Amino acid sequence: MTTELQVSLWRGTQTGHYQAFSVPLRENQTVLDVVTFVQRHLDPSLSYRFACRVGVCGSCAMTVNGRPRWTCRTHVSRVARNGRLQISPLENFPVIKDLATDMSGFFEKWRDARGAFVPTKTRRDDIEPIPPQSQARLAASAAIECINCGVCHAACDTVRWNENYLGPAALNRAWTLVNDIRDGGNRERLETIAASGGCHACHSHQSCQEHCPQALNPTASIAGLKRRTTQAWLRGEIGARAGKTKA
Amino acid sequence: MNVSLYVWQRAAAVVMAPMVVVHVAVIFYATRHGLTAGDILARTKGNIAWGAFYALFAAAASIHAAIGIRNILAEWSPLNDRGAGPAAFIFGVVLLGLGLRAVAAVTLP
Repeated sequence: MTTELQVSLWRGTQTGHYQAFSVPLRENQTVLDVVTFVQRHLDPSLSYRFACRVGVCGSCAMTVNGRPRWTCRTHVSRVARNGRLQISPLENFPVIKDLATDMSGFFEKWRDARGAFVPTKTRRDDIEPIPPQSQARLAASAAIECINCGVCHAACDTVRWNENYLGPAALNRAWTLVNDIRDGGNRERLETIAASGGCHACHSHQSCQEHCPQALNPTASIAGLKRRTTQAWLRGEIGARAGKTKA
Repeated sequence: MNVSLYVWQRAAAVVMAPMVVVHVAVIFYATRHGLTAGDILARTKGNIAWGAFYALFAAAASIHAAIGIRNILAEWSPLNDRGAGPAAFIFGVVLLGLGLRAVAAVTLP
């Protein structure tokens, strides 16, 4: 039985090359463990990003053997092919260096999709009762556990083709707020999402739900947004801005 | 793609869906009964119902296809949303012109 793992790591920025390393193969080892071993024992100049190591913070996503994955919860035994791993930065993100990507554009899209809660009450008001089994609460709950890892954004063909597209993560976030009865920003949110680059740009390829490490279904959230924006547009609740196109 | 284009494209598809069924049924009928081009033209010439049916079909197809082409151009060509819009509009107008010309050829007396 082999005791070494052959690892190919991306070095550079948008342009660069793969560098080969040999890493001791262990019985219980994540992909993040492998990258960390290289950085601590073989090449301290390797750049990558992680924080919690337990699948909560969403910092450590990378492309592993061609698929976007959260590396801290991905076991080598599950993804290595013939004792080999190829690890590169997430697709659809600018590369800062090696395995670290620039996620600022990703979070700007959350802002652009009006992913911030718009409060309607003050601290002096009573807490809004939300029945746990209400349709809106169930829809929000189904989409709420996103950890902002960017895996869906990296897996999405439409993100690759259309730089204006808000992307599955930002739209999934918007869907949770559309279903939050306490939120007061839905008219503007639906108007933004109904415009070019919003939910109607989605081709429903479902790569987002295929790759989401949290087993969320952003495609279903986007389908919900398509229905809501269409209803709002037909009723005249959202206006001309929803029909405008971006340059 | 924005919500208005989305609704127009889906609406055109809703119009076309039953029309495609009728169109295919007519093709089956014509081929199974061995109708010649002359037989078909004899039934369509001067027929307002078939003229209206296929004029509406051509209009719906032009709208549906033009919006789809716009999307493809915006995503796959160097044109952005603004450039793809006029190009797809011209495509739709040409498609509508060709479609109506064909309808006129088989239905006008």
